[in-house]
Amino acid sequence: MFMEQHRILIYILLAIVVTNLIRVIPMVFIKGQISNRFVRSFLYYVPYVTLAVMTFPDMILATPTPWPSLIALVIGMIAAWFRLGLLPVAAICCAIVYLMM
Amino acid sequence: MMTGNWKHIIHGFRDGFPIALGYFAVSFSLGIIAAKAGLTSGQGFLTSFFTRASAGEYGTYSLISVRAAYAEIIAMCLVVNLRYMLMSAALSQKIAPGTPWIKRILMACCITDEVFGISIAHPGYTPPSYMYAAALLSTLFWASGCAIGITAGSLLPQHVVTALSMSLYGMFVAIFIPPARRDRNVLYAVIASFVLSGICAVAPVVSQWSSGMRTVVLTIIISAVAAWLKPIKTNVHGAA
Repeated sequence: MFMEQHRILIYILLAIVVTNLIRVIPMVFIKGQISNRFVRSFLYYVPYVTLAVMTFPDMILATPTPWPSLIALVIGMIAAWFRLGLLPVAAICCAIVYLMM
Repeated sequence: MMTGNWKHIIHGFRDGFPIALGYFAVSFSLGIIAAKAGLTSGQGFLTSFFTRASAGEYGTYSLISVRAAYAEIIAMCLVVNLRYMLMSAALSQKIAPGTPWIKRILMACCITDEVFGISIAHPGYTPPSYMYAAALLSTLFWASGCAIGITAGSLLPQHVVTALSMSLYGMFVAIFIPPARRDRNVLYAVIASFVLSGICAVAPVVSQWSSGMRTVVLTIIISAVAAWLKPIKTNVHGAA
């Protein structure tokens, strides 16, 4: 039992160190403003593309049948399009899947 | 100076609060997975407080539950969280020149998908105190949600847990849709991401990669093509 807990603590420590080093390293090495237009454009698109890639198709694979989550995705996107915030959109997605399952 | 700082802190709490509520629901479902991996609620709180990485934590807990090699945890955290590296590079462009290094490093540690999202959306340079406030509030909810999920999650029926897991994706949608509405090029990039990500999930070879790996490769390719075809207008101060 002690060995088990010891092992879990090492796992946790590794995850914490790696995840934060990844965040800090670019900040330390990039000095000043990037003037390259391609790099600036690339960095502009990155966050939106990552989130979109992580949303589809993972979201519709997260329910036993794809329909509830697919409908939740479409309605959630419409809600976000009409400027509903983070929490309402998340709540709508949860509610649709809960009601349809 | 002091009043300006307080204004940023209050704005940070204001914008961080809806994120915090969403985080609570998401990390609650993460806590259920962490419990299966054998973590105590204290360990879950600690991990969540210091990593603040939805997909990364999911991968970590899954690997802990099979008692994977330490090197696998390192590799998985690197790949799944690689987007934070790109976000950190992007955020470095939103920090006022002359900001001390310690503040830059602290701001980098505050990066999560959502806190990065609101920090990038902040008009002009992002004030450090705004980001600290939003990150602190949302992280406390994130870590508490995980700890409570570990304790109470097993009491909930499976369909409730599945429904709660949708909150993560709902938050993602709420972050990338508004800029897609404002900027048609972002909309095209989002559509391309959906289509290519869908194809890659079923295509031979690529579908065998971990989803973290696919996320990294697709992000780099799609963002590079978008940047090449539709570069942003330059000399917008601190707008990238």
